[in-house]
Amino acid sequence: MCAVCGCGTSHDGHGHGHDHAHGGGKFDFGAGLAGVHIAGLSQERTIHIERGILAKNDALARINRRRLRDAGVLALNVMSSPGSGKTSLLVRAIQDLKARRPLAVIEGDQQTSRDAERIRAAGAPAVQLNTGNGCHLDAHMVSHALDELRLVPGSLLFIENVGNLVCPAAFDLGEAFRVVVLSVTEGEDKPLKYPNMFAAADLLLLNKTDLLPHLEFDMAGCLGAVKRVNPTIDILPVSARSGVGLEALYDWIGARASA
Amino acid sequence: MHEMSLLESIIDLVEDEHRKQPFDRVRTIRLRVGALAMAMPESLRFCFAIIARGTIADGARLEIENVAGAGWCEACGRGVMLTERYGPCPDCGSARLRMTAGDELQLADIEVE
Repeated sequence: MCAVCGCGTSHDGHGHGHDHAHGGGKFDFGAGLAGVHIAGLSQERTIHIERGILAKNDALARINRRRLRDAGVLALNVMSSPGSGKTSLLVRAIQDLKARRPLAVIEGDQQTSRDAERIRAAGAPAVQLNTGNGCHLDAHMVSHALDELRLVPGSLLFIENVGNLVCPAAFDLGEAFRVVVLSVTEGEDKPLKYPNMFAAADLLLLNKTDLLPHLEFDMAGCLGAVKRVNPTIDILPVSARSGVGLEALYDWIGARASA
Repeated sequence: MHEMSLLESIIDLVEDEHRKQPFDRVRTIRLRVGALAMAMPESLRFCFAIIARGTIADGARLEIENVAGAGWCEACGRGVMLTERYGPCPDCGSARLRMTAGDELQLADIEVE
């Protein structure tokens, strides 16, 4: 059983056996919990809850954030559409950074452990989270991955979210910063089409810049679109393949790791 | 497409309430969903019965109050209706716009017996 979220415990069976028809034209006003009916006091009542639907995720995310901060770990939630080069970027960053600081990766995918295997082959411990039908990671999944990873102080943790520009934006994982990766092959209007993702990010990595000579990519238009939805976002053009721009990324991370 | 996990979170909140105070079943669950909140009411309705099956909310009716998007435009100095997030003011085109409604994603209340 998980001590943080209580999962794995039975959901205290409410003894509702469904051997009766719901509604079914039967009105037994004495059959409530109290077993009596008092005039003017119906068994039926409205309970005002007024809670955010994501309140539980947000609470678990706060616990993750505190836990990571107390452990001296800088966590980055890396998000993008599928195929933008997230894993290739991480593989390259691990090869470049593993001599400088302890690293770890949480890999989110619908299926397979292929990405975690690529990360381990690059030289960093990795936990694979398979979401099955889920389209995003949530704070609960990440808390279990943190149990598994046993991070050492000073670690840099990359959380590679499920490839999806919509849903991951809504789920706080407890990360320190959010990084969105956009590859230049995807088109410059992505930030306007998927504004929530870009509005929620601290850093945009514009990847696959080595392909720019072969494309008609409107760089100014793209940067304008990003700034329109998020005026304060940092933007770094990079190429995971050639390595161009990666030192600037490592400086960006380093400045936040020591802060 | 994260409506399934939103519904799971809603059922979780209802089960929290059931642990706090006893009731036999949930008749109605009322949500407040903003037009700009990244959740589609149709999808929530579509998936609800499946997610609720076997839980305390099995058989409950899902009611959704839709909240329209609205914002305050600094340039116009007044409130405007919004149909997209992070877009310009629909009246004057200014980007100095603050969303004031439409972001709601709340479990308002439940009717139980």
